[in-house]
Amino acid sequence: MKVRVSVQLKPGILDPQGKAVEQGLHGFGFEVEHVRIGRLIELDIPGADPAEVKARAQAMCDKLLVNPVMEKASIEVL
Amino acid sequence: MRVAVPIFPGSNCDHDALHACGTVMGWETIPVWHQEARLPEGTELVFVPGGFSYGDYLRCGAIAALAPIMADVKRHADNGGLVLGVCNGFQILCEAQLLPGALLRNESLRFIHADVHLRVERADLPFTQAMKAGEVFRVPIAHAEGNFTLDPADLADLEARGGVAFRYCSAQGEIGEDHVPNGAMNGIAGIVNLQGNVLGMMPHPERAVDPKLGPTGGLGVFRSLAAAFSKV
Repeated sequence: MKVRVSVQLKPGILDPQGKAVEQGLHGFGFEVEHVRIGRLIELDIPGADPAEVKARAQAMCDKLLVNPVMEKASIEVL
Repeated sequence: MRVAVPIFPGSNCDHDALHACGTVMGWETIPVWHQEARLPEGTELVFVPGGFSYGDYLRCGAIAALAPIMADVKRHADNGGLVLGVCNGFQILCEAQLLPGALLRNESLRFIHADVHLRVERADLPFTQAMKAGEVFRVPIAHAEGNFTLDPADLADLEARGGVAFRYCSAQGEIGEDHVPNGAMNGIAGIVNLQGNVLGMMPHPERAVDPKLGPTGGLGVFRSLAAAFSKV
């Protein structure tokens, strides 16, 4: 099953990249705030049970995909 | 005095580490490929070098932390063996959970290559014992992700237990935001684990040890290690 893991910096963590992009958007005259840049990871995990597939994706996040010091993930089974 | 230098695809400071430990200090220094399962018998210090292991894919140091040799580096650390991680080596030790925290993009978003001053916060470690607390030394940095970050409670714990080994400072040893090149919390340049045998730092002491190549501000770290070895 296709799984989409969205990895975001935790709320308190400074995101200089997001800030730079926000300033860039301001430069074009856009009104925008709180730009945060994350990472999108697509996975194809064998299995038919969405709950089980999600649990396996969570295990992958815990082991490697996410650094809990600075990041959090949301998992979507497609 | 046997030193192992693990080398990952993308390491580029491995030869600086080999030169500093082998040629300058005269220690038996052995390069170890990341696919090896074991460190050389009798390894006393593991020097995890800088670079861009695995192209910094996913997060700096994240993939290298899973390399076969790292399991033996953890065993070495758990047995009280010395581990020094510099730059990408520091990032790898954090990702391997041998040290707390994470190293984010520099606040400026720029790769920074500059000489910085560091203040010794802990002079009782195998890595610092030839220096004095409060002493200032000058070494280069060269990184894009050196912005040390930890959540506030863990940061307070780290400070309370004396986990900060080195802090960025002025030439006179003053601490403050103006002297922090990369946005690191509390101006932290290097930290040590609870047991005091694993140290990670963003600056490169190994690039400032050979008078033929320039200043030798990094020698204090290596003289300290020499003293640690002679005690073994």
